[in-house]
Amino acid sequence: MKSASQVLPLEITGQSEGYERSSREAGWPLWEVLIRSKQGLDHKHVGSLHATDAQMAIENARDVYTRRMEGVSIWVVESKYITASNPDEAGELYEPAIDKVYRHPTFYQLPDEVNHM
Amino acid sequence: MIIQDLESNFQSKIDQEIKIEPKDWMPEAYRKTNIRQISQHAHSEIVGMLPEGNWITRAPSLKRKAILLAKVQDEAGHGLYLYAAAETLGMSRDEMINDLHTGKAKYSSIFNYPTLTWADMGAIGWLVDGAAILNQVMLCRTSYGPYARANVKICKEESFHQRQGFDSLLVLSRGTVEQKAMCQDAINRWWWPSLMMFGPRDSESTNNDQSMKWKIKRKTNDELRQQFVDMIAEQIKVLGMQLPDDKLKWNEEKKQYDFGEINWDEFWNVVKGNGPCNNQRLDARKKAHEEGNWVRDAAMAYAKKRKMPPSPEGELRAA
Repeated sequence: MKSASQVLPLEITGQSEGYERSSREAGWPLWEVLIRSKQGLDHKHVGSLHATDAQMAIENARDVYTRRMEGVSIWVVESKYITASNPDEAGELYEPAIDKVYRHPTFYQLPDEVNHM
Repeated sequence: MIIQDLESNFQSKIDQEIKIEPKDWMPEAYRKTNIRQISQHAHSEIVGMLPEGNWITRAPSLKRKAILLAKVQDEAGHGLYLYAAAETLGMSRDEMINDLHTGKAKYSSIFNYPTLTWADMGAIGWLVDGAAILNQVMLCRTSYGPYARANVKICKEESFHQRQGFDSLLVLSRGTVEQKAMCQDAINRWWWPSLMMFGPRDSESTNNDQSMKWKIKRKTNDELRQQFVDMIAEQIKVLGMQLPDDKLKWNEEKKQYDFGEINWDEFWNVVKGNGPCNNQRLDARKKAHEEGNWVRDAAMAYAKKRKMPPSPEGELRAA
């Protein structure tokens, strides 16, 4: 059996088993939009849109996602260039972190005198 | 894993309030129900631009025109958020648009009523957007992640829609005799169709049970409708207007308003395509889509051309 990652493409490209890819490709490509809401903060994924090229994607993102001063910087990336992890593999992927409590500061019980360390 | 295990895993995630994300396993019926509901929600936002677009050029002041333009632009954005959410379930934008144009997909029947006077802009903002907000606030907690997130964005923008509507009616309600009459007339015409927006009675709704179990919906049609009546019945007092329902009465025992029976024949009739503006709305959408074809093609051709390596001739010219 094929692994789910082969059968189900990216979440954000929206393709999944049982649906034709061709009808999507007839339209404009899909882009993911990331916005920095103010200087000093990360760009954050806000949604997606269709556009013929990067310039149009930025202009459309401006119109759709920053009408109320929500951003000072926009990134766009064509969705097909994003690789996503597979939720079915979440076990193997994240399990190694589960038993390493010593990576957290709360693991260490220190005398009261140094409690604000 | 066998299908029963997948299904019980899925339901247990829902029960634990864990959101379902696009790549997660989901029952085919859950996928289909969400595609249907989200795309119809998207279509409603897009078709919903038409009755209001009708009044942009005739708004009574520059201020009202700017507000109306901003509101209609928001609806386009809401349509886009929702189409994008539906696309994560595997249906393409083109297919969705096609289903709308062929009549396979529905949109909210409320937009099949005409906007006859300026006061209708106020009534739509207050009543129609007010009803939509109750639904969308509930949907901020729907189980499908992308749909929930789209609704959060929508709700942030939508409350201005309702407030500007009420504000506009408030001005009319304090105006001349003619303005007051226009305000009351708009309320009379939009009240019952607004109540119909919540859909059939719970006892007649085919999708309610499963959608509640999957937490696609969190409240039933009748619960949301009651919430709406209780809210509007209070707000209308500020306008000094009347709701066109002589059965509307506070029920002290139930702590809610009793109200009259919706004309369900009218409801089903409009759903089936026989409302006052069904054809007009669909024709306008199809015309816009067809007449925009060359623009979409040209933009695509331009993008392709720019990606191509320059021809020797082009290089010469550049030099």
